[in-house]
Amino acid sequence: MQTTVAVTRTPPGIEDKRQSCLLSVSGISKSFPGVVALDDVSFQLRRGTVHALMGENGAGKSTLMKILAGIYQPDAGEIFLDGVSAQFKTPLDALTQGVGMIHQELNLMPSMTVAENIWIGREPRNRFGIIDHRRMNRLSVDLLAELKISLNPEAEVRHLSIASRQMVEIAKAVSYRSRVLIMDEPTSALTERESAHLFEIIGDLRKQGIGIVYISHKMHEIFEISDEISVFRDGKYIGTHAAAATNRDEIIHMMVGRDISTLFPKKNVPTDDVLLSVRDLTLRGVFSGVSFDLRAGEILGLAGLIGSGRSNVAETVFGVTPATSGEIRIKGQRVDLKSPRDAISNGMAFLTEDRKQSGCFLVLDVLENMQIAALQSQFVKAGFVQGKVIAAACSEMSKTLRVKSSGIHTTVENLSGGNQQKVLIGRWLLTRPGILILDEPTRGIDVAAKAEIHALVSSLATAGAGVILISSEMPEILGMSDRIMVMHEGKITGVLDRDEATQVKIMELASK
Amino acid sequence: MGKDTTAAAIPEYRGSFGGWRKPQELNIFLVLVGIVLLCEVCGWLLIGQSFVWNPQRLTITILQVSVVGIIAIGVTQVIITGGIDLSSGSVVAASAMMAAGFAQSAEWSKALYPSLTDLPAIVPIAIGVLIGLLAGMTNGVFVAYARIPPFIATLGMMVSARGISKWYTKGQPISGLTDQFTAIGSAAWPVFVFIVVAMIFHVALRYTRYGKYTYAIGANVQAARVSGIDVERHLVKVYAIAGMLAGLAGIVTAARAQTAQSGMGYMYELDAIAAAVIGGTSLAGGVGRIGGTVIGVVILGVMSSGFTFLRVDAYYQEIVKGLIIVTAVTIDVYRNRQKRS
Ligand SMILES: Nc1ncnc2c1ncn2[C@@H]1O[C@H](COP(=O)(O)OP(=O)(O)OP(=O)(O)O)[C@@H](O)[C@H]1O
Ligand SMILES: [Mg+2]
Repeated sequence: MQTTVAVTRTPPGIEDKRQSCLLSVSGISKSFPGVVALDDVSFQLRRGTVHALMGENGAGKSTLMKILAGIYQPDAGEIFLDGVSAQFKTPLDALTQGVGMIHQELNLMPSMTVAENIWIGREPRNRFGIIDHRRMNRLSVDLLAELKISLNPEAEVRHLSIASRQMVEIAKAVSYRSRVLIMDEPTSALTERESAHLFEIIGDLRKQGIGIVYISHKMHEIFEISDEISVFRDGKYIGTHAAAATNRDEIIHMMVGRDISTLFPKKNVPTDDVLLSVRDLTLRGVFSGVSFDLRAGEILGLAGLIGSGRSNVAETVFGVTPATSGEIRIKGQRVDLKSPRDAISNGMAFLTEDRKQSGCFLVLDVLENMQIAALQSQFVKAGFVQGKVIAAACSEMSKTLRVKSSGIHTTVENLSGGNQQKVLIGRWLLTRPGILILDEPTRGIDVAAKAEIHALVSSLATAGAGVILISSEMPEILGMSDRIMVMHEGKITGVLDRDEATQVKIMELASK
Repeated sequence: MGKDTTAAAIPEYRGSFGGWRKPQELNIFLVLVGIVLLCEVCGWLLIGQSFVWNPQRLTITILQVSVVGIIAIGVTQVIITGGIDLSSGSVVAASAMMAAGFAQSAEWSKALYPSLTDLPAIVPIAIGVLIGLLAGMTNGVFVAYARIPPFIATLGMMVSARGISKWYTKGQPISGLTDQFTAIGSAAWPVFVFIVVAMIFHVALRYTRYGKYTYAIGANVQAARVSGIDVERHLVKVYAIAGMLAGLAGIVTAARAQTAQSGMGYMYELDAIAAAVIGGTSLAGGVGRIGGTVIGVVILGVMSSGFTFLRVDAYYQEIVKGLIIVTAVTIDVYRNRQKRS
């Protein structure tokens, strides 16, 4: 335990620190039935700084933040805001006292406009008490301009990409003008460009003296923007370091208690068997003329900015939104994929981008969530699900993916975000796909588990599957892919081989 | 590196097979026991009689709820998919009328048409079930393919099916049914039908692919579709089954009453929905169990027979029933809200 001895659990002189700290929590504990999510946790946030929280999936980061935002009540512990003891009974309570939060999952109303979502619950009203839409839209225009976000405040949220929705969440959180702003994995749905934009916003907020708590599993951005880093493990506070005085390996070691070696273990498995061949695939108004081949044993990266049509191509290939023209062949056979059902029966699997909207069955348990796609082929005899067999397979899969839960009968709603993602990956691995399409597979997944998922995907490819990998994380796509296909505005702008691909070349193709 | 760090590195994984899991129906079952005890105590205090120790009353109670019970089994499944079925009460009437039409004993008409004979009971039964199935499928097609909100689609069916049952005999009741047909409603047969139906769908929901898909659709339609479920076809199936069960309930009703009228099954849909919700089925979809619904049905039955036993006015009965339904829904909404936050 050398690493943790170096850091004292309760920093000395905590009493005077409370005075100078913007936000200080001490001795916070929180249990849910069967789980201790937080165990005697303390940490301090200083004015005008960015304080990163790191920890494995299920370490308790979101739970602590939800306590600060008034969503959960702690079982024990105290919160001090500007040196004064504070209590947050409801989210509104926290907001009025100056603590705002961007949640890990998007929480916008899809059928309402951007402006309505931002000002929900505090809409500007005219003197008759009726919502003044004109003023609301003007306020939104000002706010979005201040943050340099180019979005139409009158656009309905359901027409926006999830990155744009994330930007709306950011604008909304900023609009409360809080003293403390909590960001729970804000960049998990953003590409590098939008992330950079967010960091500019964070820089401005920092200058204004706002304290920011920042949660992310992306190591490079943690070191880019944070002043201090605190690490949690299994609900316990492990330690805090100044970002300048530590490094990636030390933080990872604090997080998982051991070293993680190879991050991208893709082996080269050259084959010439074309598994999937796509020709001139077009979805009118979205993308056109998309052609590519996917070979057995290959990981084909698909890069591009948000809105470039990456995810749309994946959806069309999987039959979610059937193509308007073009042709898809699987192992040389022409197929007509009209629904995901058709695609699955052709041995395909598709992990979607948005786990809350098109992934999780939140009210169902881990078992039901994992088994559902596999019920089409295996595990069913005469309509009856082979309960024991499939439960064993799901338990095994949970173990492999290190899903942190109290068993396969835990409701998925009660899992941490990263663990929900692991369950969804498990769902598709259970179908033993020949062609696997992964849209942001490691979104919200911690470093340790990420390495294991990369290893799993690689081993699938080694065994002869073809993988299409969509990812906004450059290191991931560069490290994992045999070839990288880049899209821009609905067209393929280039294909790069593993040896020639660099971040710069990808960005060039992505914005040309 | 110390031992504890490595241990912490591997998240503890607890086996899923060990340990007794509390059945979700336990709470609602305790409520039922509570209501029965309350009736028992009030019975002794107010009229000096036992509520439970009266086999005849128990039989009647169970018999009375069987018909609503059969419907509620179907309605529960529809609600689990995130829908609602308002048409079941009217479908009961339509099916009862049509079935009875084919179950009339030939004695009366023999005077006019000597060649007529009694049809075997299987014919009216098949007709009744078929009517229900058709009504349910129509609901399903409108909901799944035309994407009409379930509330509206089944509201339409509720009005139309009632109209059809009136039109069929221009509002006249149908009586003089064959003994073979009325036998289905005699003795404990309705209870038997209810229990068998409940068992079949309990198994179907918990152990078959049909059940898994039903829950998945209610929990998240979009995710269900991406996971390879033919959502539309499955919804039609679920609504068709609900209709079919309403048809079956119609047959039982007509057989028990030995006559069919267009007013039969009036408001049964609401009792069925109430039973499902009291039994823990969530109107938000994805949650619900047949066991809970059966207990919900029995609670409704015990309440009304308890009130009759305690000689409470019929008006109060309805008021209290309304209160109980609202309470059940409130609990459901509250539970959901707690989870969301
Ligand atoms: N409402 C709840 N009911 C039961 N258990 C919960 C609930 N919320 C969280 N937990 C449990 O508490 C633990 C901590 O979860 P939390 O969401 O805080 O993790 P996290 O650190 O944010 O992880 P991630 O990086 O995956 O987002 C997990 O084991 C989770 O299963
Ligand atoms: Mg989290």
